[in-house]
Amino acid sequence: MDLNLLKRRSDYQWEIAQHGAMRVPAVIYASEVLMREMDHKVYEQAVNVAMLPGIVHASYAMPDAHWGYGFPIGGVAAFDPQAGGVVSAGGVGFDISCGVRCLHTGLNRDDIIKVQAELANMLYYCVPAGVGSTGTIRLNEHEMDEMLAGGAKWAVERGWGVAEDLERVEEHGQMQHAKPGNVSSQAKKRQRDEMGTLGSGNHYLEVQEVTAVFDEKIAAVFGLKQGDIVVMIHCGSRGLGHQIGTEFLKRMAIAAAQHGVTLPDRELACAPILSDVGQDYLGAMRSAINCALANRQILTDLVRKVFREILPQARLPLLYDVSHNTCKVEQHRVDGGMRDLYVHRKGATRAFGPGHPDIPESLRAAGQPVLIGGSMGTGSYVLAGTKQSEALAFSSACHGAGRAMSRHQAMRTWKGRQVVDDLARRGILIKSPSMRGIAEEAPDAYKNVSAVVDAADAAGLARKVARVEPLICIKG
Amino acid sequence: MPSSAAHWEHYEHGADIGVRGYGVSEPEAFEQAGLALTAVIADPAAVLPREMVATQCEAPDHELLLAEWLNALVYEMATRKMLFSRFLVRIDGTRLDAQAWGEKVDLARHHPAVEVKGATYTTLRVAQDHGTWVAQTVVDV
Repeated sequence: MDLNLLKRRSDYQWEIAQHGAMRVPAVIYASEVLMREMDHKVYEQAVNVAMLPGIVHASYAMPDAHWGYGFPIGGVAAFDPQAGGVVSAGGVGFDISCGVRCLHTGLNRDDIIKVQAELANMLYYCVPAGVGSTGTIRLNEHEMDEMLAGGAKWAVERGWGVAEDLERVEEHGQMQHAKPGNVSSQAKKRQRDEMGTLGSGNHYLEVQEVTAVFDEKIAAVFGLKQGDIVVMIHCGSRGLGHQIGTEFLKRMAIAAAQHGVTLPDRELACAPILSDVGQDYLGAMRSAINCALANRQILTDLVRKVFREILPQARLPLLYDVSHNTCKVEQHRVDGGMRDLYVHRKGATRAFGPGHPDIPESLRAAGQPVLIGGSMGTGSYVLAGTKQSEALAFSSACHGAGRAMSRHQAMRTWKGRQVVDDLARRGILIKSPSMRGIAEEAPDAYKNVSAVVDAADAAGLARKVARVEPLICIKG
Repeated sequence: MPSSAAHWEHYEHGADIGVRGYGVSEPEAFEQAGLALTAVIADPAAVLPREMVATQCEAPDHELLLAEWLNALVYEMATRKMLFSRFLVRIDGTRLDAQAWGEKVDLARHHPAVEVKGATYTTLRVAQDHGTWVAQTVVDV
């Protein structure tokens, strides 16, 4: 990105001044190095989002921002319904409520090393992953609607987890105001045999070791210390969310013009929050959030069963579950008063600061856990929300490393077998149905997640708590 | 039989992939874009045209029609667990009728790399360049 186009507000904050049809400025949080490497498309897309009706304060981009469709991936924007604000399917993305959850195990590295191969094989055998994989759960029409209304709470009631899990999931495991009736039969059909599946691409299940702790006090509240083993699951709302995203992208592209919304780019497809299409989308999108929460809950149950078999001494309570592709109604401070805003986070994580009432009481003093997935073999991070993030970006932080290289380029650069062998030499076991998939997801095909997390920390968006590195990775 | 202009390619788009079909006619460019879509997941040459699936869609313009059709294929692939390697497309005004031939996903033969979530409107374009039709868009993976 050409830095001459931006005004540097501080070391990690860059402003695109309001110009042309922009209703607010755009603000990007990143180091100078990340800014120089950032795609110019992020500039264009952040500017375009700033043109949408009812946007509040600014169009924001996180340190891992990259070219998305309509909104940049790593984009955050809040809209006020009373000011003609809009909701955008492209501002949430196809993989609605894609997110990360982290489980404690109470184990250490030695416990895992003794059974590493057996554990990897069993996880790979029991957790359906990859293209065309199916789960064992089949829901009838009524059960599907109950799942879409109930989320992780529904899954726990069906026996896939315990009540204590729910307080460690955003929205207490159940997104309110979901309307399963707004979800098309096609979307439901696409989900029919995908409950409890991991998916493919950058989705994964990892057994990880805490290799560094940066904030002992917060880590203690989160129950993390150096050498601990955790399990991280990264996946979303599967086919149901993809289909809802697809259908509403088209409906909104048509609806925008009907509502007099001029789009700088067709892929910014949106509709007024208070319109029929806007309300239809919100009901369907919230159902997809519940689908993702239920799916991660079922996967959690599969993981617990495997650990019970191989490491019966392990207990796997939930540290936290975050979603990073959502639109949620939240109260934020605007012009000195609190207002209900529709906050879009596309490839961005909610990051409420200490004391926020939506954080479970046991974690509240430390701030919301923010789980950042890295690439296979490089490590992931646990951060905590900060007080100042509210004023910086409606309490939001980054979500991952972001790709540095296209899938094609990665496939030309590496062979899957070579990646598996290289990681095995470093003590990391990879299991995947697709060698090509592994090549496309090679660690060096991604940006340096540490640089992204350092920038989020330095910008004040979230505070770095711990780094985790994989010992086992199940890839879709 | 495909014309001499018929071919497909992928183009780069950060985290996702662009699919582009070329043809002597608009339907042929759509058919080639369909092959490019399959190639995101697996090598189309390894997919046998054993079973036919018919799809229909409509959209207010031909660019949205391309996105609609690719999304119809994504839906059929997802719900039938199939891959497609041969296409026949007919376009009549704002309506598209297509036949797609393929087979069930076979992990051992197809080595599928990644699911396609949907076709976006990013770089969406259907046009005639120097007599050759081009149909392209970015798909989310």
